[in-house]
Amino acid sequence: MEQFLIFDNVSYPVLSMLVFTPILGAIGLFFINSQYMMKIWGLFITLLTAVISIPLYTNFDSTTAKYQFAEVYRWFPTINLNYSVGIDGISILLVILTTFVMPLCILCSWNYIDKRIREFLFAILIMESAMIGVFISLNTVLFYIFWEAMLIPMYLLIAVWGGPRKDYASIKFFLYTLIASVFLLVAIIALYINTGTFFIPELMGRNFSFSFQIWVFLACALAFAVKIPMFPLHTWLPAAHVEAPTAGSVILASVLLKMGGYGFIRFCLPITPLATEACVPYLIALSLASIIFGGYLALGQNDIKKLIAYSSVGHMGFVTLGIFVLNSAGIKGAMLQMINHGITTGALFICIGIIYERTHSRDIKVNSALGMFMPVYVTFLGIFSLSSLAFPGTNSFVGEFLVLLGAFSKSKLVGAIAIPGAVLAAAYMLRLLQKMVWADSDGHKHGDGSERGLFDLDLREKLTLAFLTVFVFWIGLNPEPLLNIMDESINHLLIQYNDGISQAVESSEGLHHALRAFKGFIAG
Amino acid sequence: METVVTGKLMITIMLPALAALWIMFFSGRPNLRDAGAIVGAVLTFGSIATMIAPQIISGGHYSFTLFELVPGVNVSFFIDGLGLMFAGTASFLWILAAIYCIGYMRGLSEHAQTRFYFCYAAAVCGAMGAAFSANLFTLYLFYEIVSIITYPLVAHHQDREAYEGSKKYIIYLMFTSKAFLLPAMALIYWQCGTLDFATSGIAEGIFAGDASKALVIAVYFLCLFGFAKAAIMPFHNWLPSAMVAPTPVSALLHAVVVVKVGVFSISRVMLSVFGVNLLSSLHLGLITAYIVSFTILAASMIALSKTDLKARLAYSTVSQLSYIILGVAMLTPNSITGGLIHITNHAFSKITLFFCAGAIYVATKKKDIRDMKGVGYQMPLTMAAFGLASLSMIGVPPVSGFVTKWFLALGTMDINNMILLTVLLVSSFLNACYFAPVFIGSFSRMPETSANLEKSPLVAMMVVPLFITAVISVCIGIWPDLFLKIINLLVDTI
Repeated sequence: MEQFLIFDNVSYPVLSMLVFTPILGAIGLFFINSQYMMKIWGLFITLLTAVISIPLYTNFDSTTAKYQFAEVYRWFPTINLNYSVGIDGISILLVILTTFVMPLCILCSWNYIDKRIREFLFAILIMESAMIGVFISLNTVLFYIFWEAMLIPMYLLIAVWGGPRKDYASIKFFLYTLIASVFLLVAIIALYINTGTFFIPELMGRNFSFSFQIWVFLACALAFAVKIPMFPLHTWLPAAHVEAPTAGSVILASVLLKMGGYGFIRFCLPITPLATEACVPYLIALSLASIIFGGYLALGQNDIKKLIAYSSVGHMGFVTLGIFVLNSAGIKGAMLQMINHGITTGALFICIGIIYERTHSRDIKVNSALGMFMPVYVTFLGIFSLSSLAFPGTNSFVGEFLVLLGAFSKSKLVGAIAIPGAVLAAAYMLRLLQKMVWADSDGHKHGDGSERGLFDLDLREKLTLAFLTVFVFWIGLNPEPLLNIMDESINHLLIQYNDGISQAVESSEGLHHALRAFKGFIAG
Repeated sequence: METVVTGKLMITIMLPALAALWIMFFSGRPNLRDAGAIVGAVLTFGSIATMIAPQIISGGHYSFTLFELVPGVNVSFFIDGLGLMFAGTASFLWILAAIYCIGYMRGLSEHAQTRFYFCYAAAVCGAMGAAFSANLFTLYLFYEIVSIITYPLVAHHQDREAYEGSKKYIIYLMFTSKAFLLPAMALIYWQCGTLDFATSGIAEGIFAGDASKALVIAVYFLCLFGFAKAAIMPFHNWLPSAMVAPTPVSALLHAVVVVKVGVFSISRVMLSVFGVNLLSSLHLGLITAYIVSFTILAASMIALSKTDLKARLAYSTVSQLSYIILGVAMLTPNSITGGLIHITNHAFSKITLFFCAGAIYVATKKKDIRDMKGVGYQMPLTMAAFGLASLSMIGVPPVSGFVTKWFLALGTMDINNMILLTVLLVSSFLNACYFAPVFIGSFSRMPETSANLEKSPLVAMMVVPLFITAVISVCIGIWPDLFLKIINLLVDTI
């Protein structure tokens, strides 16, 4: 297994430190009594994790597709199970996204959460460990453990600190994800029985039979499609987003949804290329449906959070579209779109949390005409809204453009169908922006009319949003470093994928005629 | 004849942005704030003027790359004669408009003046960026910035009418750019591997010789209708709706900056992405000429039926913008000259007309043409300027519009197309039909009080700029040499 790994990027086990720092921090919470100190401690731990993750970026070797910063420890030798972690150009950005978003989650909950603060921070920190764990696992069992470990703290975040319909939303979230991930477990066991290994790189590039691939693919794809979420399995998302506290929404939008896209790229494409090939038309169709449907539904929402939630469905449709057009531009665009969505939509949820703290409503009507009272807030809202509709010069444009490029080079029709999604994005975001900033500015009351009323952002809120604004423009105008980091890994992925298909075509003449046509399509 | 790579050209783009920041910073001190706008405009124009000689006039260029997004997609700038002519016109008129604004905004005691001036300056910044774009992405970036930043200007009055108008405005502009321009860019990049304009000349574009014809045609029409700021029918309706904005906005932005960004973009894409040879071999030029001919005539007809002065001017703008595209679309040196020089000619004349409409409104609160009988006696200088600008629109020598029509007519004869020549003649007649009554009507009856309204200081601040623009539009009609020389550098490469 060593041929897949690089151990010596740094001299200390940085990935394990990333996973275990938040867990230790969570335990540490039980030794603190003051609520204020707990918040400080939570912020400190998440910031510490973010700092620990910086060497990942600086010491990363972007000239190889191998898994770096690797660590392998014996775990259950009898079933050939090791604790093995490592990251490549695909997972590194998602890990860094996670570690950088988490401090913001604590900052945006500073005043928002007023009960059970210890438990809240505990859940957040456990969540962080689990999310990082998912991205760095090189072992299917480890992956699955972390995958399931995310479920409970997220469920609690919604069920305890959520809004009025929190019971419905949290159960729905739990059931959807749990049922889908049971299939993932089945796939993992099937792969183990067939190959005798849990080590993900060793599962790739094997010449499984077509029928085996199809079943494994379907089991995995179901789990990932629910997570990302793909139309028609998306209905848990608006419910969960609307009821979750701000931090929960930010985690959901910024990181949790990315698990699905990551899973597709890490599992489906390299392990089951033939099955992917066979299912591509359906997956593209579903992606397009997500784009159009998500955008269309977002257009009709009066609840700001719901609007952003449906816009996420649309954005994630672009991600899956990029993945399944199966060319370099498309997958790079999809990766970038995932990062961008994490930044932009996370920021939008923070913005909504800020206004909710002031007016105690998420209704667009109640929160309209803010321009006069909260100019700084409105400026940030404008920047992130424009970013969300892929305004040129902002981060999302680059991702969306690459995905469209990939789509058009696969098929003009696919590209043409995706375009209305981009138009809809402009329509619903500008509608939201227009109403929140301007409409009905003939003086209606905001909130409950209490003394606090509307006041502009304080320093904590400004810093939170300013931090994300930097990335909006940085990625928007200079995405080259990010694209370089993922370049080698994505090329390797496409080579693996194409090899998987050509091997199968060579080895069995009786294989589906259609597959050969597909191969020509890819090559051409 | 060489290209100089210099970051200095960023100064021209940054100056309006700095002016905007200045305006925001001094929002509490109106005199300092408004002076900032004027100084910013003067400096912007000055920085452009220094670039004309000797570099641009001798056929050289400036270029600069700010960011590289992915290979072939950059934020980069390139200055040639065409861009400089547009930027120079816009920034020069900004000086006069900035003075005019003071009279207008204070004369009517408008609210939210800081926001107004801020967006005004930022829109000019967007126009400078668009004028200096070296590729389609940069052009798109600044095109969209102009769309967004002018939205608060259109919605300035914040009443129902303003919201309706601005909604229409943003829907038209955003829909077309997202639905048409975005796929066009993706397809061009996919086909050519770059979005950079061809800088060596306008004969050849960036498409390879073996590019699929169907694709090129599709991309061409996506671009033509994607830049809806050029107000080609059927995507023209945002322009009359945008007239709910205060008149200085209609004057500088919806007669010069915004709409000219649209026609400039289309001209640029036709000449530097597709190239004259490709367009003529696919007959796309002639098809475009017929499409815009329809716009010219139909918009003129509609203008006749409008009695609100600004609405009439708006439809006149729709029609006049299509002259520019018509000239470029005929693809002969003469016609391209006529089209491109109209960017400047129309700018000076139309801004005069809008300035007049605004001055009349501030002085007399009259918007409807039928109510303006006798205004000529109260505001003689204003109406004189109005008359001169109308002559330019009609194309009477020696006012600047004549130069345009002369070259356009030569162009139609170059390609022996009597239909297009007829369109020119008929449209000139229609122009006369809807402008002459306004002018004549204003002197048709003695007003009850014949006191000269132009003497109040705030109105004077509006009359002086509009008289200057009117005089200049005569001057550039008599001495169009500088512009002809700049355009010749471009058309000589055919």
